[in-house]
Amino acid sequence: MTTAPLPHAVIEVADVKISFGAVKALDGVTLRIVPGECVGLVGHNGAGKSTVVNIINGALSPQEGTIACAGERVPRYGIAAARANGVRCVFQELSLCPNLTVIENTRIMHGTLKGWGWRRRAARIIGSKLDEIFPGHGIDPTDTVSDLSIAQRQMVEIATAFSQVAQPVKLVILDEPTSSLDATLATQLLGYVRSFVTAGGSVIFISHILSEILSTSDRIVVMKDGKVVTERPAVEFDEHSLVAAMGSVVKGHDREKRAEGAAGRTPLLSRPSLHGKGLPFEVFPGEIVGLAGLGGHGQTDMLIDLYLGHTSNWLRRREAEVAFVAGDRTLNGVFPLWNILKNLTIADLAGLSRKGIVNETAEADLGHAWKERIDIRTQDLDNPILSLSGGNQQKVLFARALATPAPAVLMDDPMRGVDIGTKQEVYAILRAEADKGRAFVWYSTEMDEVCLCDRVYVFNNGVIVAELKGDAVTEKNVLAASFTGIAA
Amino acid sequence: MKPLVLLSRKPWIWSFVAAFIVWSATILFTGGASTIGLSQAALTFAAFSILVGIGQMFVITLGPGNIDLCVPATMTLAGTIALKFMQVDDSLILPGLFIAIAIGVAVGIGNYALIRLLQIPPIIATLSMSFIVQSTAIWTNRGLRIKPPETLASFTTETTAGIPNVALVALTLSVCAFALLHLTVYGRWISAIGQNIRAARMAGIPVDGARFVTYVLCSVLAAICGYLLASFSGGAALNMGSEYLLMSIAVVVIGGTAVAGGNSNVPGIWGASLFMFLVVSMLNTYGAGAGIRLIMTGLIIIAVIVVAGGRNPHQR
Repeated sequence: MTTAPLPHAVIEVADVKISFGAVKALDGVTLRIVPGECVGLVGHNGAGKSTVVNIINGALSPQEGTIACAGERVPRYGIAAARANGVRCVFQELSLCPNLTVIENTRIMHGTLKGWGWRRRAARIIGSKLDEIFPGHGIDPTDTVSDLSIAQRQMVEIATAFSQVAQPVKLVILDEPTSSLDATLATQLLGYVRSFVTAGGSVIFISHILSEILSTSDRIVVMKDGKVVTERPAVEFDEHSLVAAMGSVVKGHDREKRAEGAAGRTPLLSRPSLHGKGLPFEVFPGEIVGLAGLGGHGQTDMLIDLYLGHTSNWLRRREAEVAFVAGDRTLNGVFPLWNILKNLTIADLAGLSRKGIVNETAEADLGHAWKERIDIRTQDLDNPILSLSGGNQQKVLFARALATPAPAVLMDDPMRGVDIGTKQEVYAILRAEADKGRAFVWYSTEMDEVCLCDRVYVFNNGVIVAELKGDAVTEKNVLAASFTGIAA
Repeated sequence: MKPLVLLSRKPWIWSFVAAFIVWSATILFTGGASTIGLSQAALTFAAFSILVGIGQMFVITLGPGNIDLCVPATMTLAGTIALKFMQVDDSLILPGLFIAIAIGVAVGIGNYALIRLLQIPPIIATLSMSFIVQSTAIWTNRGLRIKPPETLASFTTETTAGIPNVALVALTLSVCAFALLHLTVYGRWISAIGQNIRAARMAGIPVDGARFVTYVLCSVLAAICGYLLASFSGGAALNMGSEYLLMSIAVVVIGGTAVAGGNSNVPGIWGASLFMFLVVSMLNTYGAGAGIRLIMTGLIIIAVIVVAGGRNPHQR
């Protein structure tokens, strides 16, 4: 890290810490962006890249640490202060209003466009910027955004961020800007970024495509677990060393990985390759199978498809084949009006009832057994589910799935927001259950968890691009496979 | 003190408090002369609201957007066809009841078929279904008023040990509904669906099956209510169900069932149904005109919901 007293850092965050509940999103991050440089920011999911971006664009306030602009400390740094200091952000999720025109969206981002004739001025500003970045873009500023393609919307978003209306644009944060652009457009954008930087602007560039990072950035910052682990000029990296820098030291595991051959055994669950692309999926009894790859590349969709395919919407089968542990608790996990016990037993009512009548004694016994086994921290299982902390709610959801007799358990990144102590408890239970012959399909965005699995399928763009077995399941291999294109 | 506090936390208690206050106010005005008569009339008329209210409550429990607007038409069709079938013949009373129930089942299947197969929101699906059902009733009825069989008519209008028979029927069905809701797997399922339909599906609940059964149950209760009401009022009339559209929804809401779904309660429907009848008879006793009566009814309902809602700790 350079400590040379460069006088005019556009923005400097120093020793910033922020935590969400038990999770330390940022654990003392220091980042200094000077004019005329493009900083590449890399790291796997959950490393804290988006949190840093949100600190710099003012959406989040750090719990500790300082933010300085142009050498002066800004005590109340927020979205307004960020914009006033020329910080712009292109978001990963598109943020345009689909029902408005391109002109009107420009007006939303640039509040100073007002008075008579603002539409004309906005059209000129956005139109010329689009021409500059993406020559031959084919977008009419009077088009409604919902009529544009995803790539065109991304182009409008990028052009809006680079447009200068009142304050000069000093720093533009590009968070995965090329994910919806094709190769030609991506090249145009990267070319523009270089010319913007040469003209004295600064860019923070986040991408999972390492070649882009290497070719465009002057300096690369590697993050892991909320910390900056490496910070070096881009020329000192190649793709291999960058992947290595993103990973951590491989820890020893106490569990023997099952790597016995699958030949002759029938899988519990299976799915053919999608539209002939990628690899087929299968899981055998007693296995822990991991789904890895970057977030949102089809892992959750496959879990939900598998679950819906093995349960009925009309009649309850007596013997459940699969159980599901939700990662997004509020969306598809918790029943908010109920107490802990009812939330825990809902998936196993078939086993707790006779002729449709729930046996409440058996239900309470099951609840208490799991309260002990998985250590749900509450005095009384009759307390409302929402009285529990997030981690303990997650334990209830684990218990819900594990209490069923289902031979296969699907887990959709269930450790999000769970503290390390709980994780260790749950890992131990998973191993014990797997040794009894249960199969687990485990989607996780955390590399340590992926490395606990016997076998790992790596996803990219909705298809399985690689299968890693036994000792081949290492952080390095998983990361490398995540950046592989579709093989077939 | 403690039991009182606990009682005040129950969402259904407020409808009973309101019903009791209105009942007392009416009795005091008449100097106690009408105590028995008023109570019996209240129980009789409330019984019909209770029957349709329970069905509607099950549907509303399924969560936001779930409602059965076909209730009045189902009542009319079931009453009309059952009475026509019985031909004033005492021996056909039970087969007539079965026919009414079968009509309820058919309407329920139709409702859910529209909702599920054509992906129409329940409010529109059941409303369009009600036009079909009502037109069928008009077509079969042809303006005739068929009398109910003698025994059935007297059963619905008489009392046992001072309690109207229809109120006893409503009580029996309420106990069944209560048990269904609180003791069975099905009850857990519909409560779960009402709270979080995605979570319910991912917990292995057969969401479509449970919703289908619920819509059928609601229509069957409406059909039974139509059968009894037609017999009670001396014949099926084409408009006999009309006031039960809003009534069925109002008693559910006043009774403390969460409109957002997932949390229902049967006792509250009794309090609310008694209250709805008693308010009208109180205003009648005071000699209020029709306009004033409607305005007062509306204001009193709002007041009860505000009081009950403000005290309900489970309110979302």
